[in-house]
Formats: sequence, structure tokens, C-alpha cells
Amino acid sequence: MKKTLLILGAGTGGTMVANKMAARLDADEWHIIVVDRDETHYYQPGFLFIPFGIYDAADVIQPKRNFLPSAVETVFSDIEIIEPDQNRVRLVKDQRVIPYDYLVIATGSHIQPEQIEGMTDSGWRKNIFDFYTCEGATALAQFLKTWDGGRMVINIAEMPIKCPVAPLEFAFLADWYFQERGMRDRVEIIYATPLSGAFTKPRATVALGDLLARKGIQTVADFNIAEVDNNRQAIISYDEREISYDLLVTIPTNMGADVIGRSGMGDELNFVPVDKQTLQSKKWDNIWVIGDAGNAPTSKAGSVAHFMLETVTENLKRHMDGLEPLPTFDGHANCFIETGFDKGLLIDFNYEVEPLPGRYPLPGVGPFPLLEESRVNHWGKLAFRWMYWNLLIKGRPMPVSNEMSMAGKWS
Amino acid sequence: MSAQNLSILDTLAFNDEGYMTDRTQWTEEVANAIAEDEGITLTERHWVVIHFARKVFAETKDSPTLRQITKQTDVSMKEMYQLFPNGPAKKAAMIAGLPKPTGCI
Repeated sequence: MKKTLLILGAGTGGTMVANKMAARLDADEWHIIVVDRDETHYYQPGFLFIPFGIYDAADVIQPKRNFLPSAVETVFSDIEIIEPDQNRVRLVKDQRVIPYDYLVIATGSHIQPEQIEGMTDSGWRKNIFDFYTCEGATALAQFLKTWDGGRMVINIAEMPIKCPVAPLEFAFLADWYFQERGMRDRVEIIYATPLSGAFTKPRATVALGDLLARKGIQTVADFNIAEVDNNRQAIISYDEREISYDLLVTIPTNMGADVIGRSGMGDELNFVPVDKQTLQSKKWDNIWVIGDAGNAPTSKAGSVAHFMLETVTENLKRHMDGLEPLPTFDGHANCFIETGFDKGLLIDFNYEVEPLPGRYPLPGVGPFPLLEESRVNHWGKLAFRWMYWNLLIKGRPMPVSNEMSMAGKWS
Repeated sequence: MSAQNLSILDTLAFNDEGYMTDRTQWTEEVANAIAEDEGITLTERHWVVIHFARKVFAETKDSPTLRQITKQTDVSMKEMYQLFPNGPAKKAAMIAGLPKPTGCI
């Protein structure tokens, strides 16, 4: 009888693992099944551009089936529960039970606006928007078309969030958008964050903080939102500071999938505890976690899931062959940060090394300046959408290495 | 700050951000001294958080996040901000002799 590799989630991480493992495993010996509840694949980095009319929904969606190999069985269903001690998963659809030999969890992270008191009350999607969902970003685009100005507050509810640079990019793009429309003088932009500065790493925080100030965006640091008062249009922090808004752009609490919590497999935010270097579950040795679903202390982003791919697939194969997993994942993250006016900057870092200035070498296209604004970084970001659809999620080679390199960095 | 506390803190090693670099030097007396230096007088409720934080660190090698503390003890978010103003998880870790929480990346 064939053995089963079950992959939960067909987003960026799950799709890449399915493609890699389908190519690596003997089809006579292994049956690969992918389960996801949604037939649509979203290019999530593109959500950022939707509110400003740079992309629309059609630019960021494709059917998931286009990216999954035919040798893999694809099931679209909600998951009722994972039973890791019994090595099986129960689906909602047809009450199917799937026993597995190996499980890959790729169920991602999702915004949970209900976690904040008042967030989803009367103002939700009226003058309170998220841009971490296609619906939220599209609704915000609609709102901005006719908005005549006022105070826009961008607020991060709590860390960790998916793509921690996205809120900064949103602020930079908003500044540009309102200038282009000749209404920047009628818009006050406030950036309220629970962090002590613009970003999580010291040198990038200084560089990005300067950029916010130069663009006339006011930072409010150490702001931990407790509630939204819809009537008075104000957000209130736990230490009772208040910021009033005309337009609130929220980055709500991010959590792992509900099914992780229901199955008793997650931490307090439903992220699965994972060895940060081997990406094996800390509790079950036939379970591996890729991307946002795990609790590895690195950024939650598609680029990171991509850098994890080699470690996850290699270690799965090693474990199947009776070998010890290797601690090869170094926390590598790599983000283009849009800064407006057709410019961007690039940061590259891992568990040990914070983002440094320098030049990022990329054969054929680069070098890209690090931690410094330039046009080439902006074009790099836009070109990335093509690489994502055509190379990355299909598991084809990308022109970047998995382990971070110090080449070109000035320390 | 009393002269006595000054001398306790002076004998210990801290990093640039004020977190202890040698955790074996931590005692309850040290916690009181760090707290006082931060303008906090420790009560029974503070100790619930400090003991919990040290237990979590012993098990996971990470300082707990604010959410972890409020979910797994009876101390609410609001109370955390009253007990440890200006960054409760960070302050609690500092007083408990633990490293800065790595929760935020």
C-alpha cells in the first residue's frame, strides 16, 4: 500500500512543497494529497497596491489548480480537526478521514479583527479598513476614490504580523497617492505602532523612521490598541492614550488557522511550535511546518516560506530515509519595501544579522541597494509578481540563495 | 534610588537595553532593585507575573509575550499596563532577569 504525504494549505508554502515533493518522491510509493478550503490563490504581496488603484483584484487572483501538479490529489474542503496522535485529519467535506504518514502544515496566518473590541462594529468597512484581505483592500480603494481628506490613522494591533514592512509601505504609498491627487495638505497621516519605533530591527528602524519623518508622517510608538470607539472615531490604548481618526487603516491581530487551535496544536496565537532551524514540529516528529503557520521567530512572509522550502523538503526526505533532520534554516528574510514615487528599498536579514546597508548582488538584474531608496528596488518588487506566479510557487529555481549571504553588506 | 540598591545593581551586568546578561545572578532582591530603578514597587500581583515569566523561560528559553501572560495567568491586559507601564512584557522580562521578549519580529 502507498504511503501518504498530506499537505494542509495550498497557499505559497503548501503549493511549493507539493511541487517539490511531487518531483522528489516515487509516485509508486507515495500518494500526495493537498487540502485547502479555497479554490483561489491570492498573490498577497499585491494587496498593498489595490487601495491606490495600482493593481485591482484581477491582478492578484488565479485558480489554485493552475499551480498544483497533476500527480497530486487536491481536495477543496474545510478541515474539521487534525488528530496528530492518531496520524489522521478529518475533513468537513463528505466527512472524509485522511490517515497520513507525514503531515506538512501550511495553513498560514490570518487577520482577526474581532480580537479588538469595537473593531468590527458600525465603522467596519465604512471608515475602518484592513488591506490584508482582497475584500478589505478593494473596499478601501473604493473609499479612497471619493475621500476628501482628514486624519488617516494606520495602526498595527499587535505583533507578529504577516509582512511586517507592509504597514510602512502603505504609509509611504498613501503619502504619494495623496500628493498625486493634489490633496496631501488635507490629509494628516499618523502611524501608530506597538513597537518602540518604525521597525523591529535597530538599523532599519532608524532608516525607516527617518523616511517616515521626511514624508511628514507622524509616528506614535508603543501604542497597544485596546479598543475602537466607533462613535467618537478614536482608538484607545491599554495605557489610555487616544488617537482620533477620520479613516482608520488597521492591521488587526494576526493568528494561525482556527483548526490549529481546535486541534490543540498551537500557541496562544494558534501558531504551531516548531524547531526554528529544522522546521520540524516540536511535538510530533512526522509533522513539518512551513511559512506563517509556525512560530519560528522570523518574518511571516512569502520570501521566508520560499527560503524555508529547501529545509522542509530536504528534511522530510531525510526523515523518510531514516536520517536526522539538518538545522539548515537560518531565518533568512528578504523584503522589497515600496517607498512611493517609483522607488523602493530592500532589506535582507536572518536570525542573527539585522538588515544592513550595502549592495544586494543578483545576477542579471541587480545589484540592488540595501536599506536605501532607489528606482531599481521598485522595479524589482514589481518584477517579483511575475517570478512569483511563474517560478516561485511552482518550486522552480529562483535567482536568490536560501541562506543569507554577507556579500555586499556593509556592517 | 537608595544607596543600597545602587550598590546591588552596580555589581551586576546589564546589556545596553537594561536586561541582565548573567541570569544566574538574579534573586528576588535583584528584582526589587531593578523594579525600583524603573519606578515600580513590586506587589503580590507583580510577583504572579514575574514567577510566570520565569517558568515560561525555563521551559521554552523565551520570555513570554503579553498575550501569553494574559491568557495563561489571571492578570488582565489592563492590569498588566497598570503593573508594568510602558511596555509591560518588556518590563516584566527585565525585572524577572530575562532577555527582551523575541515575540515581535
